[in-house]
Amino acid sequence: MEKISNKSVFFNPFSKNNPVLVQILGICSVLAVTVKLEPAMVMGLSVIAVLAFSNVIISLLRNTIPTNIRIIVQLVVVAGLVVIVSQLLEAYAYNVSKQLSVFIGLIITNCILMGRLEAFAMANRPWPSFLDGVGNGIGYAIILIIVGFFRELLGSGTLFGFQVVPQCFYDAGYVNNGLMILPPMALIVVACIIWVHRSINKDLQDK
Amino acid sequence: MDNLNLFIRSIFIDNMIFAYFLGMCSFIAVSKNVKTAFGLGIAVTFMLTITLPINYLLETYVLKAGALKWLGAEYADVDLSFLSLIVFIAVIASMTQLVEMVVEKYAPALYSSLGIFLPLIAVNCAILGGSLFMQQRDFPGIGTAVCAGLGWGLGWLLAITAVAAVRERIAQYSKIPGPLRGVGITFIITALMGIAFMSFLGIKI
Repeated sequence: MEKISNKSVFFNPFSKNNPVLVQILGICSVLAVTVKLEPAMVMGLSVIAVLAFSNVIISLLRNTIPTNIRIIVQLVVVAGLVVIVSQLLEAYAYNVSKQLSVFIGLIITNCILMGRLEAFAMANRPWPSFLDGVGNGIGYAIILIIVGFFRELLGSGTLFGFQVVPQCFYDAGYVNNGLMILPPMALIVVACIIWVHRSINKDLQDK
Repeated sequence: MDNLNLFIRSIFIDNMIFAYFLGMCSFIAVSKNVKTAFGLGIAVTFMLTITLPINYLLETYVLKAGALKWLGAEYADVDLSFLSLIVFIAVIASMTQLVEMVVEKYAPALYSSLGIFLPLIAVNCAILGGSLFMQQRDFPGIGTAVCAGLGWGLGWLLAITAVAAVRERIAQYSKIPGPLRGVGITFIITALMGIAFMSFLGIKI
């Protein structure tokens, strides 16, 4: 545990120790908010912010929290931060916050948060914890954006709401893949990402 | 919408796993064999059925805009809805603790089979998700909240048991490409099952 350099704390979660692909945390929101790219990005940013700050706060409090009520303390800290984020979104990005609906609230129970708080912030100083939070948040956001990109491109032929598939394709008989908009396809896209990722990093494969 | 209809809908159409992906983390981690999967499913059903009505009452009589009217006219324009996230999660976390203690005292056999899952439930998104959907959809009465909670819980139970059964067989009998083994194939199984569940869309009772 001792002496992991700050750099590896920050960069590991991007790929080698990605929260979604390797630690299998926070799957719920990856799947639910990625029909379009824009809500996926907003969600990614919200998670980065909440994760970084809750990591710092818990890390500062880590010596004063009694172990047997730590889950409740962690939940309250995270819930407070999520309330701030959701109020900010309602004030400045109302349409997106409508699209994300309950999923902003569900950041509280996003397993990435509890996982990182338990595994890292409870045992480390504030600055590495902050880096760990930002790194894991970015690792999570990358996956959100990849999934959102493919689902919006193939499902609606648009990116950020602008049409990218040229009109002449549609005239020639190209049809959007309606399946991509349906929830189950998100699972398949993530499964494909895991497949590619584990083919590259052979040491992550099971058995 | 009457309660029976809502109940059936919550099990099959609005299924927590296949339609909303709530509670995915524990779903993936625990669906390796049917017995533990079933145990966790029961625990989730139980917690959803308890917490949804409680949160419904809190929402209606404390948190909603104008909900404090029963205290007196001067409270009529108090809107505490920004507190709902914190209140809901606090209710869920404390109910989990309470249920854990009660089960440990009065049903030790059940406790030892659920043991490790009970504390995990506090951070299961399906539970908080249920309460948030309840808030978003403005349920008309407490009966509706109970029906929806039970329905969502049973839907979750159904999903995790079914997927666990498939996973058990697959682990024994089939040869899966290395990179897909474990998590990857579970995602694909869940997706295929979700597509199958979409055939329930449009059922009305």
